[in-house]
This record gives sequence, C-alpha cells and structure tokens, in this order.
Amino acid sequence: MNTQFKQETFRDDYTYTNSAEAIRRFPFPFAEDEYMYSVNIEMHGEGTGAAGSVFEHGIDVDEHYIAECEDRRIVLDEDPDRYTALPHMMDAQWDMVELMMDSLSKDYPEHFQLQKDGDNWHWVNKPLGIDQTFVFGDEATLPMQPFEYISRQVQGDWIILDQRDDDLFADMGMVTSQADWSMAFDAGMSFKEWHGPVPQANEIGIFDRALKYLLHLQYGSPVRRLNWTMTINPRLDTSPENYPFWGPDNASVTPENVGDKVYLRVELQALFRLPRSNAIAFSVRGYLISLNELITYPRWGKRLHRVLKQLHPDLSEYKGLDNYRQTVIDFLAPLDDGADLGLGTHPE
Amino acid sequence: MSILNVKVADVEQVTDVVKHFTLVQENGEPLPHFSGGSHVVVSMNINGRIHRNPYSLMGSTANTDSYHISVRKQENSRGGSVFMHEQVKPGSRLQITYPVNLFAISKMGRRHILIAGGIGITPFMSQIADLNRLGYDYELHYAYRSPENAAFREQLEAMCGNRVHFYVESEGGRLDIPDLLSHQPLGTHVYICGPDPMVKALHINARELGWPENHVHSEEFTAPPIGDEFKVQLKQSGVELVVPGDMSMLEAMEEAGIDAPFLCRGGACGRCEQQVLECDGVIMHNDHYLSDAEKASGNSIMPCVSRAKCSRLVLDF
Repeated sequence: MNTQFKQETFRDDYTYTNSAEAIRRFPFPFAEDEYMYSVNIEMHGEGTGAAGSVFEHGIDVDEHYIAECEDRRIVLDEDPDRYTALPHMMDAQWDMVELMMDSLSKDYPEHFQLQKDGDNWHWVNKPLGIDQTFVFGDEATLPMQPFEYISRQVQGDWIILDQRDDDLFADMGMVTSQADWSMAFDAGMSFKEWHGPVPQANEIGIFDRALKYLLHLQYGSPVRRLNWTMTINPRLDTSPENYPFWGPDNASVTPENVGDKVYLRVELQALFRLPRSNAIAFSVRGYLISLNELITYPRWGKRLHRVLKQLHPDLSEYKGLDNYRQTVIDFLAPLDDGADLGLGTHPE
Repeated sequence: MSILNVKVADVEQVTDVVKHFTLVQENGEPLPHFSGGSHVVVSMNINGRIHRNPYSLMGSTANTDSYHISVRKQENSRGGSVFMHEQVKPGSRLQITYPVNLFAISKMGRRHILIAGGIGITPFMSQIADLNRLGYDYELHYAYRSPENAAFREQLEAMCGNRVHFYVESEGGRLDIPDLLSHQPLGTHVYICGPDPMVKALHINARELGWPENHVHSEEFTAPPIGDEFKVQLKQSGVELVVPGDMSMLEAMEEAGIDAPFLCRGGACGRCEQQVLECDGVIMHNDHYLSDAEKASGNSIMPCVSRAKCSRLVLDF
C-alpha cells in the first residue's frame, strides 16, 4: 500500500478531510434501515476483510495516521492522565508492544520494521521518524512505559482489561479520542459497571451474553464489532474532561452548515486476547466522515436518513444527537427516494 | 478456532502411569506465548473418530520453543489417555488448540496457596514459572499416593526451594486443608487441582472458614463419562441425532456435521452451554460450570460432558 499521510488537524481550524479512497473504505455501519443494539460480533484479523478495507489487517493504518498520532501527543501534553496503567498490568504492557509492533511491521513493511534477536528488538517507525533499540521485558530500555510508548504510535484508543473473578476490569488504557467517556473515571471498574449508563441494552440481556463471550475469547482469534455516534466538527477528543471545548458546538448546527459540520463517527471495536497476561485488549478506532462526504454515495445517504428517523429516543439521547438530529434528517430527506436498499453496508 | 499443528519431539515415562510429552510446531516456528495455568485441547484420531482432551501446559511460560503436557493413563476411560500412552511416539503428529487459561493467578492477590493432588500438579508447573518471575508470595502443597507417584518432585524442589511441601500418603503424610486455610492472612488466594473429592472438600472448608468465594480457585476437567444412548433434537438446526453410549453429546453433534461451540471440553469453561427446551427424563449434569440451582432448573446443559436419561431432549440450537 502506498499511503500518502496527510497533514491535518482535529481541533481549532479543523482541516481534516477524507480522500475519495478514504470515503470508499469508510466502515459504514448500517446494513438495515432500522438500528438497535445487538451482539454483532464477527471474526477480526488476517483473512477476515477485503483487501483495501479497514478490516484487512488487525490494526488499520490509513492516511490520517500521522495527524492522529500528533493529536494524541497534544492531548497527552495537556492531560497526561489519559494514559493509565495499574501496576499489575506490566505483562500486559509487553503483550501490547508485541501485538502492535508485530502487526504493523508485518502488515505495513514499507512503513514499519521490526528486527528481533532474542529479546533485543530494533523498531523503526518511518512515518513518525522513530528508530529504537530496546530489550523486550526491560522497561528501563524504553523512554517511557512500554504501553505508553507503543500506543502513542497507533491510531485509536486502547483499553486493556484484566480478567479475574469471572469479570473484566479496565486496568490500563490509552484514551485520547473518546466519544464522551473517561478512562480516569472508569479505571478499575468491572464490565457491568462501566456499561451501566447504556440504555435499552441491559434489559435485553446483551451484557450478560457479551461478558460470557469475552471471558472465553481466545488468543489467536480476535473479534470485532462496529459502534457509532455523531460528532460536530472532526474532533477526536470529545472527552468529558474537555466538554467546555466541544459541548457548545452541538448547538451550532444550522440547515446551512449541517453537511460540513456534522460527522458520522464509526468506532471499529476489536478485541484481542493477550498471551502472557491473559488480559484482553479492546481497541476503539474512530472513523469520521462528514455528511457531505457520506452522501457522495447516495445509498449511504438514504440509509442514514432512515436509521436516524427511526432511532429509539433513548439511544438518540444517550448518543447526544437530540440537539441536531432533526436538522440532519431534514438535510437527508430530499435525497431519499424511498427505494428498497436491500441488506448490506456497501456504498453502491 | 485457531489450530496448531504439532509434532511430538520427546516422550518421557515419568511414573508408571504418567507420561510427559514435548510438542513442537510442525513448521519449526516457536509456539504462541501463554500464561501460567493455561491448557490446550489435543485432538486425536482414534479409529476414525476424533477425540479431544484438555491438558495443562506445564513448561515455563518463558520458553515457547516447545509445549509440555503430561497425561495420566486412565483405565476404564474412552481411550484418549490410553491412545496418548500407547500410540503417540516421538514423531507423531497431533493438532492442538491455542492455549486457553481458565486457571489464572489472580494478580490482585497478596499471597497464593497452591494445592495439588496427584496429576493435578500439572497446571501449577507453569503457574510457578510466572509466580517466580513476578516475585509473588506463594506456597505449593503437593499430595500424592506413594513415592512411585512423585511426578516432577525434583523439578519442583529446584523451582520452588522451601516454598514446596510434599505429602506422601503411603508414608502417612497428610495435608490438613482446614488447618492450612485457617491461618492465612487477608488477601490470600487458594488454588486447587486434584481429584474431585479433594476439590469439593476444599470449597466446603473455605466456605466454613469465611473465605470470599472469589479467592478460591479450582480447575477440574472431567472426561465425558460413558452412559446410555439417547436422542437429541436440535430445534433451530432441524436435526435429530442419536448420542451413542461411548460418545459425548458434543461429539455426536460434531459427527453429524453441526458446528457447535466449545472450548475446554471438560465441563469447566461453559462455552458449549446449550439451552434445553424440553426433556421428558433426567439430565445427568457432569460439569463444574453450572451452579447447583442451575443444574436443578434443567434449563441448560453442557454437551461436552453431560448426558440425559430420557426419550426426548430438545435443544434450542
């Protein structure tokens, strides 16, 4: 792959845009006209997605890679607590170094290279200009904690779950681009505790089934699902900590600016069992697309119109869409001729 | 489910009834890393029928050039362990699953008491490698029948130093579990692997002494017991099948081409759980996963080890 990494921003002047290729490969999440939660889990990793799609590799690297890593750096400079690791997670830190370096160097050899001589590792990250030799398992040979070091070099948020007492605990994380939740608030919480606020899902028993499934997740067999919300402006850091900087934007949507200002935010959530620690890595990779970009494929515009029109009010409120949902529906309505779209998420 | 193709590199007779197998990956690459207490499920083709048995990984977690499992020969079994003892030689090829850990050390524990009965020592061999590496406070208590059954004693003495205690039944050695549990500091976790009565007794002792349930860990794999033939109807699949007496329900489903979920195949993990819609007789629960109340309700069954005595059993699958 010959990716041209873009220089762009996710704050202030918001210069983020998607190329035609990035729009084509956008992980549009709606296979049907109506949306409700489900345990929509499928296999992830090698051989589970089409070439060129965001599902082709375990960790997707796209044209926004350098800009997203830079946005993460800015967030961490202002608020170092977005990275958290409890002391018993050191084995999991090294598991993450291995998972990320192995994946990137195998899947994108033109950008990332890894040489191993026993525990002596040599890591080269060309896009970020990093060249590092270190001893795997020896923290002192890296400039910072191993998981912080490597998670600054990937896109998306990563939450690492320790498994004990037949439950999962959020005991480590690198979370700088979250959709209105806080790692510092959820650190140490169990699976059901941090899902407490989600409406409608507990009633239908989703969390019991999902937890049981995750406790049995196997090393070598990662899985994924898609989740979604909407964001005003292409802002990655929509954290509760920084609500004053982005919250008021929710009231800024008008019929004139809706196409440029409102973004569909799709989270590719993947889960990987980690070998040494028996922990689970939960990655939340956000993809942003403006409505104007999205409707370049009319099928997607029609589908989104129908989903938003029929969305359960509890979900609309939980996702924070109430302020501008009707404006989006009005914007999309003239594009929807009511044609049967059939099943599937494909653009055309 | 990801599968590894392995070759037997070495077979060692450890005691009269225990053999130790060294497995390497057929393609010559290192095997996947794993955490202490993990097991793999070994597939064996015995006269055209696939048997799958779980065995604990007992080598050091630091070395993944090879995996190590030990098998106790079980007489009166359906043949998996006998096959491993009599048919599997250096050079034999087997298929194993990726490691799964149902018996992990609780990393929040302040002290760890490990109790092994006989062949139940195997999961602790890899756990001890982790405990030593992490510098955790632990003790190992290992009970076995007679000096001839002292599998891995020298190795354990070398690994554990004065943290290991041996109890040899034929020499009058006796592990007093209530006494051991009664003087542990707060924050201690206990782990047991051994014969069923020993595991049950420990759970009772711990409860009577007021131990929190989540500080008591056990691992027991049950071999699918032999029983009577019975019929199963799979409602969603629209399939009816017969489970022969010497086959588990899960095996019978697989034989019929049904892609049923499973992980440990020993009644421990709960992955293969099936919902029972109808049963006009009795379900013979043999698993360690469902609670007594769940077993009594008869709404679920673990087809890897459990059977039914009835003329009609309907599953929602």
